Amino acid sequence: MSHDVAVLGVGMHPWGKWGRPFVEYGVHAARVALADAGVDWAEVDLVVGGETVRNGYGGYVAGATFAQALGWNGARVATSYAACATGAQALDTARARILSGLSEVALVVGADTTPKGFLAPNAGERWDDPDWLRFRLLGMTNPAYFALYARRRMDLYGATAEDFARVKVKNAAAGLANPNARYRKAVSVEDVLSSAVVADPLHLLDICATSDGGAAIVLTSMEYARRRGLTGPVRVRGISTVTPTFPQTVIEMPNFATDSSGTVPAPERTFKESIAHAAYEEAGIAPEDVSLAEVYDLSTALELDWYEDIGLCKPGEAEQLLRNGDTALGGRVPVNPSGGLACFGEAVPAQALAQVCEVTWQLRGQAEGRQVEGARVGVTANQGLFGHGSSVLLSV
Amino acid sequence: MSTVPVIEGWFTTGDSPALVGSGCTMCGTVFFPKIAGFCRNPACSSTEFEDLALSRHGTVWSYTDARYQPPPPYIPVSDPYEPFALCAVELPEGLVVLGQVADGYGVADLHVGTQVELVVETLYTDESGDRTIWRWRPVAELGEEADR
Repeated sequence: MSHDVAVLGVGMHPWGKWGRPFVEYGVHAARVALADAGVDWAEVDLVVGGETVRNGYGGYVAGATFAQALGWNGARVATSYAACATGAQALDTARARILSGLSEVALVVGADTTPKGFLAPNAGERWDDPDWLRFRLLGMTNPAYFALYARRRMDLYGATAEDFARVKVKNAAAGLANPNARYRKAVSVEDVLSSAVVADPLHLLDICATSDGGAAIVLTSMEYARRRGLTGPVRVRGISTVTPTFPQTVIEMPNFATDSSGTVPAPERTFKESIAHAAYEEAGIAPEDVSLAEVYDLSTALELDWYEDIGLCKPGEAEQLLRNGDTALGGRVPVNPSGGLACFGEAVPAQALAQVCEVTWQLRGQAEGRQVEGARVGVTANQGLFGHGSSVLLSV
Repeated sequence: MSTVPVIEGWFTTGDSPALVGSGCTMCGTVFFPKIAGFCRNPACSSTEFEDLALSRHGTVWSYTDARYQPPPPYIPVSDPYEPFALCAVELPEGLVVLGQVADGYGVADLHVGTQVELVVETLYTDESGDRTIWRWRPVAELGEEADR
């Protein structure tokens, strides 16, 4: 049995720091996606929302919040939360109901309104919450975790601050033409290196901002797409939302320590390696078949980690791939042709969906000004707090 | 006024301070911070753990610093803010544990693989006195002058 479902429509609200309620971004993105699909809201029989945890009760029940804002139509509803993987988990929920025949036309929406500055935990004294404790006991911010990975690449593989800067330069160049990107400005290596160091070795311009934004996808059965006369829609071939395998031996937000490999040896693949691997397996597609990738560049250095984790090269070879220009537009396998988080900033519950929107435009040949020529297969990847991560494989 | 750990039960103090983890009494897996309830080794069904002092020495897995004051609930200890270093340390028990780097040391003193030892220092001072935390201090390597 085919596991494919069709991406009929995609839409976004531009990323920025707009300061409007998240519902506005979500509804805007939903309407754009419905129009893109040519689907009437009344036809949607399932709404899946990506939860936002910083916008009160309406954010906790995002699926229903969007459904009401679009005008109650009696559709089934679900809401997902999986940190950075929220959007992909919502997509997976929609796919599961479609593949089981329980739903036919799903609208998946994620949107966020974010505060300024470092992402900090919710207020209050919470001595049993690791996400609170890491700030109180260590002053360990998200960029500090990113910096640990960056420094390790330098000491182990000879990565340089210039390499990290070149990731930013590449993504900034790609994002120039993206109307949904928040930052559309060319950046030089000198710009990055002369920006303030936030967490050694990462500079301000190595680290992504937090943004407001919204993204939506109309997902349908292949049969529905056929009835609509669509012969070659972009298809979702695989979605991975795997959890880590014990022992998880790489330190991750918001933890104080890893699991111990003292009694059970570390698994064959690290958690991050296992994320895309599961999507490739599900789709029956190999990393060599990938035309482009959208990966979670929370920091520039993390993008290099992803090259290896999604199988574009072996561990320690990412810097060479970057220096060759292989991952730039026009290269062998462009990474983050959207401009990535470097140009968007992170809008958590929308971001994994935004990745899928970009891949969809690329596979349709509609990514004006940043098109990857002849794109046939695209992969997304991200990782978030508390054992969440996702990868979506799409093809035409 | 007293000097007490900022959090109870996570580390011991005294001449040879150490982190306190949980050791599963059935499979022997070590956890930090301590856990209760069910063993997280999926092949183990134990619910019994004993407190275990972890090794005081380890090697640096990676390191960084905090150039800007972290947001609350971090409690600033100086005005103006002074950056501090952080590191992740691999212990012989097969796990990596985070910690701040001891006072007086920064990223320039560290490399992946640097030997460090656990010390207890003051994290901040509140109305009850000094609240202490574990930190990692580089161990002078052979042939290297201990200049601090």
